[in-house]
This record gives sequence, C-alpha cells and structure tokens, in this order.
Amino acid sequence: MSDPLLQLAGVHTHIGQYHILQGVDLVVPQGGITVLLGRNGAGKTTTLRTIMGLWHASRGTVRFDGGDITQSPTPDIACSGIAYVPESMGIFSDLTVRENLYLAARSVKRAGEMDEARLEWIFGFFGALKKFWNQPAGTLSGGQKQMVAIARAIVEPRKLLLIDEPTKGLAPAIIQGMIAAFRELKRTETILLVEQNFSFVCALGDSVAVMDGGRIVHSGSMAALADDRELQHKLLGLSLDAHQ
Amino acid sequence: MTSISQVASQDSALPKVRVDMLPLLLVPVLALLMLPLVGSFPTWVTLTVAGLAMGMMVFMMASGLTLIFGLMDVLNFGHGAFVSVGAFTATLVLLPMKSWVEAESVWMNLSVVGLAILLAMLVTGLLGWAFERIIIRPVYGLHLKQILITMGGMIVAEQLIHVIWGAEQIPLQLPATFRGAFIFGDAALEKYRLIAVGVGLTVFISMFLVLNRTKVGLLIRAGVENGEMVEALGYRIRRLFVGVFVAGSALAGLGGVMWGLYKETLTAAIGGEITVLVFIVIIVGGLGSVGGCFIGAMLVALVANYAGFLAPKVALVSDILVMVTVLLWRPQGLYPVAKR
Repeated sequence: MSDPLLQLAGVHTHIGQYHILQGVDLVVPQGGITVLLGRNGAGKTTTLRTIMGLWHASRGTVRFDGGDITQSPTPDIACSGIAYVPESMGIFSDLTVRENLYLAARSVKRAGEMDEARLEWIFGFFGALKKFWNQPAGTLSGGQKQMVAIARAIVEPRKLLLIDEPTKGLAPAIIQGMIAAFRELKRTETILLVEQNFSFVCALGDSVAVMDGGRIVHSGSMAALADDRELQHKLLGLSLDAHQ
Repeated sequence: MTSISQVASQDSALPKVRVDMLPLLLVPVLALLMLPLVGSFPTWVTLTVAGLAMGMMVFMMASGLTLIFGLMDVLNFGHGAFVSVGAFTATLVLLPMKSWVEAESVWMNLSVVGLAILLAMLVTGLLGWAFERIIIRPVYGLHLKQILITMGGMIVAEQLIHVIWGAEQIPLQLPATFRGAFIFGDAALEKYRLIAVGVGLTVFISMFLVLNRTKVGLLIRAGVENGEMVEALGYRIRRLFVGVFVAGSALAGLGGVMWGLYKETLTAAIGGEITVLVFIVIIVGGLGSVGGCFIGAMLVALVANYAGFLAPKVALVSDILVMVTVLLWRPQGLYPVAKR
C-alpha cells in the first residue's frame, strides 16, 4: 500500500485556553474523497485549519506528501500543494470572479495568462462562472460564491483540496450540481471534505472519518458506513444524543 | 458533464452590480451649492482650487495611513512623524541648492523639488521599514499598545528632528517659478496650488492603477478584506505588510515636502499638527478605502475653505462637523471596506 498523502498523528490544537483537538489521528489516502463527519463543535473545521497552518498544533505531527508541515507557515503549506476552501468561502467580494481566480493562479503574472483549457474544464463543472466572469464576487448568491471558492481551489493543479462544508446554506438544486461536480473532480483530485450533510457525502465519499470531542472516533470506508445503519446511528446518532 | 453545467446554471441569474455613486457626487454638489453662497464666481474659483489643493496634500499624507490600517489593522498614530521627517529631509536638498530654488527656470525648480521629493520618499520609506520592524511588529493585533507605542515613536521622531536640525523654525522657500498666480478673468489661481492638485491627482491615479491593474495591488485589496485567505492562497502577507508600510511612509514623506513648501516654514510638529486632520479624512472615507480617502480629503478641505470664507468661526470645527455628518449618514464612512 502506498504512503498516505496526508497523515495526522496525535494532533492537539489549543485556541486560547480551549483545548479543541485532543489527539487527532487521520489518514488521507492519495486520490478520491475522504469525508470528515461530525456534529457542530466536534473539531472538523479546526482540523482543516490546523492542517493549513492557520492554527498550529500544540502537539502531534502533520505530514503531507512525505514532509512534516506541522509548524510550517500557511503560505508554505499552500505552496506545497494544498488548496483550502473555508466554510465562509473566503471570497474577495470587492474583486471580480476573474480576479479571484487570478490570485489563486500563483504561477501566472497576468490574468490573461491563466490556462484557458483548465478554465474551460472548470466551466464544465460550474458553467455559471463564465457568465459572472467580470462580476464583483460580492454581488453573487451563496451558491455562486461557493462555485467561485471551489473554482479558485482548482484553478491550478493541487495535490490536495481541503473543503469545509460546501453545501452549507445552499438550495437542493445547487447541492445536486455540487454532487455532480465533485464526482468529476474526484477523478483527478484528492479531496478532504468536511460535511454535516450525510446524504451528500454518502453519494461521494470513498473513505470516512467521524469526529467527536476533538478526536477521530471512527474511520473506514464510506460504503461500509453507508450500508450499516446501526453504525450510522451509533456514530452520528450517539454523538448527537451525548450533547443534547 | 452536460448535466453538471445544466444544474449549475440553475443558479446563474446575472446579479445587478450596484454602483455606489452618491459619495462621488458629494464634492461637485458641495462646490456647486457654495457658488450662490460665495456670491462671486472668481472668489468661488479661487476658494475651490485652494480647497482642492489642500485636499490633495492631505490625501497624499492620508492615503498611506488608510492602506496601513486596512491591510495591517494597525493604528499608526506616529504617521505624522513621516510627514515631518519628509519635510525636513527636503531641506537637505532645497537649502544647499538655493540657487536652483531661486533660479527663474521651471526646469531647475522642478529638478530641485523633484530631487528633494525623491530623497524625502527614500528616507521616509527606509524609516518606515525600520519603524515596522522595530515598533509595529511586536504589537500586531494589540490596538491599545499600537496607539501608545506609535505616539511614543512620534515624540521620539520630533525630538530627533530637534537634535539634528535644531529647535528653531526653518524657512522653506518656494521655488521662484512656483510663486505667484495665474489670472483667469478676475480669478487668481496660485501656481503652487495647481501643482499640488497635479501631484495629488498623479498619486491618486497611480494608486488606482496599481490597486486595480497589478497582482500586487489586487493582493493588497484582497488582504484588506481577508488577509488569512490571501495567506491560504500561498502569499506571504507579512511581506505585503512591509511593502505597504514602506509605501505609505514614503507617501507621507511626499505629502510632508508638499505641505512644507505650502507652509513655507518648518517645525518638528508639522506632521503631528496635521495628524488629527489625516485621521478625520480616513474615518470619513471609510478605513482602508483609498477612493473614500480621496473623496474625504477633498470634502474636508473644501468645507474648511468655504467655511473660512463664509463663517470663519465655523471653520474652527468644520472638520469635525464633516466627520459627524458623514458618520451619521454612513457610520462606517463613505466607502466601507467589505470586512468592516
């Protein structure tokens, strides 16, 4: 078996006085979609932010593509090949869609130098973006902004995409579009996807990890979890009950 | 793939772009409203040009500060020090090259002032780099400490000016061909004020082009809105911070030279005295907004000039009145930056 693309071992993260991650062990294999599930406050977003170096681990190690990135600065982590789509989408609302993608395309000096074939590939997922190309991103709807956020992450080839709750607040029709887009994306990209929408990730995930209380409490294949209602109830239901 | 595009396009209604024109109309509307109140067209022209010139000089000093606050979230109460240092540095060129200043040659005058401006911007830029490294860097994110330490830095800078240049006022002569006025009908337009308008417009257009047409400019605008995301895209925002701080300090130095030539007398407090006005301008414009800062500077300076002519006592508080009025209308300034 090949080495995992990303591996977290015993990662602890403190935010101020709060001890959020309490020994996270997580493996993201090369290729496909790994889903990180869990209730609100379980530590999913903190896990992504710790991988991205936006918060640094106080203990444990984060290894990516054979290197230790635990204490690396965020720009170095991004340049090593990780793209991040935060829950808030992180769109630059004052800039146009084109300018948002241009900033994400680090290797080009001018907007006109962006890889047109790659852009056409992106427009294949999110056709609407072509129409909004010169529109300020702040004027777009939530679904349109999410398209920009994901397009920005894939405007140049990256080794790993970290995507935090892409369906949050989106209409069902848009979520269906997202499912189709992610199905296409996972053919070429490795994705670590944080979600609370179980039906969304059921249709997409290859492997899954479930978080609770700042730890991974289950990991395995998504197919196994999708087929085992008792396990779903135990992991996701128990988790909810415990905090009611 | 077709199905993906079809589903994605369900959310593809083209949103309307709302262009916020109202603040852009403020300056022309104010100027036109004042015409009947002033009564005399030549006087109105003179007052308006004088106001615009002052506004341009204030903009030069304020534009760097608004970017520094917007991008770095740093309250730099020591910004005035760069204005003072810029003005005093200019004396290192203008006093020894007095014959060039007094020559009745536009080119010699422009050359000597240009050289003074270059040196002032270089010195204040370098000083800004050191100021960011030594004074600002340890207090990122700590507003109270920023206020205290930058005010302290300002006091130290003023005292150092006293040590280097002495405590006496230094007269700064306006170059020979910059003196006097152009007469259009009955309106007298001071040459130096027109030069100030030209320099101010050049700075504004340059900043506009850099911020809108270059990758660095887009990164600065993006960083003002969401610095964390700029880092997550792979850019070192700390380098942008330093660059913007240096550029902002150099602009303050430029403003200091222009302001010093306008006042024709230098004291170490020349920057400190204008700091309050500069802060009013960037608050009126919306913290972090260069366009807002430009309109704010014109508005504050024009109101001060018109009030000085129509009701001199009101002129004493006109800056504050403009700020209060604008903030009652738009509590975050004329063009609030998205994150605020």
